[in-house]
Amino acid sequence: MSFVIVVGGGQVGSSVTRKLLELGHEVVIVEQRRDRYLTLDEEFGHRAQAGDGTELSVLENAGIKRPADIVVAVTGDDEDNLIICQLARELYGVAKVVARVNDPRNQAHFDLLGIAPTVSATKMVMALVQHEMPEHELVQLVQLRRENLEIVEVEVGDSAAAAGKRVEQLRLPETSRLISVMRDGKAEIAVGSTELRAGDQVLAILQPGGEEELRTLLVGEKKKT
Amino acid sequence: MKALIVGCGRVGSALAKRLHGAGWEVVAVDETEDALERLGERWPGEFHVGHGLDTAVLEAAGIASADLVIVATDGDNTNLVVAQVAKLRYEVPRVAVRVQDPARAAFYSDRGFDVVSPTTSAIEALAALALDGSEP
Repeated sequence: MSFVIVVGGGQVGSSVTRKLLELGHEVVIVEQRRDRYLTLDEEFGHRAQAGDGTELSVLENAGIKRPADIVVAVTGDDEDNLIICQLARELYGVAKVVARVNDPRNQAHFDLLGIAPTVSATKMVMALVQHEMPEHELVQLVQLRRENLEIVEVEVGDSAAAAGKRVEQLRLPETSRLISVMRDGKAEIAVGSTELRAGDQVLAILQPGGEEELRTLLVGEKKKT
Repeated sequence: MKALIVGCGRVGSALAKRLHGAGWEVVAVDETEDALERLGERWPGEFHVGHGLDTAVLEAAGIASADLVIVATDGDNTNLVVAQVAKLRYEVPRVAVRVQDPARAAFYSDRGFDVVSPTTSAIEALAALALDGSEP
């Protein structure tokens, strides 16, 4: 059982709190707005606390000094989420933080200050939209910031150098590995002898920066537009 | 020397005018167009409308070549993030930031930029007045 502090009691914060409580964790949820706090108080009782979660005294009242195992910053303001995570980690020694990024343009600030992992609804929706588009491009599925790795999905193109070759014959970028190959709805772990065919859905893990090389190998040259 | 002022309220606008008077090239940024009025009728410097966290706005305002950045919007957390971005991402030589909350001001005081807490200053000044020569 973990002790989690959730800052921000909107739709996301209250749902996360409900779920964590169901799973048997100890949770305190902090909300600044009076009206929202009253709603939270009805559902969560003493687990809901009123106050500005970027104030040290409010975080301390929530029990951050014990310390909390995880702080989840999911307010609607990115600057608040950033500062909450910085305070949690650097002032109170909280080992794990999770931050919500409301405006994807602010992601760079979270990266700059080393706040990870982050969750962005916009980014996830975009990934799903891209996933549904019949474009032959790399689709980023998971970003592992701490490891500096990402998992991408790509469809092997008709004219790709990789089509018809075995994995061991591919000149993959040094910083990438293929994970699995899916054909006709069946996935297999990619090993040296796995043969790639046009239309296969391939999952790959790679270091950011190697996308273009991997794309060219598996998809083929960029279509002229 | 070039100064960028992010947040052009009472404090920011007064600073902008004063630095301009002292011969600085001053660029001001504020979220609202109204802030331009506080700079006076014939503000000779640049003025950009936009949010301090928006790097496109900061870059258009020339943050990369600024010698000094002063961050004084009405949000402590916005100010603290902008100050860190100015220092770490754009490597601005001198960064000063206003933080109302004394606790956060103290925590961020040792990160390569100057933190000014008007709340702390007011407490100190008023306490000095109260305690100066008067008996309890």
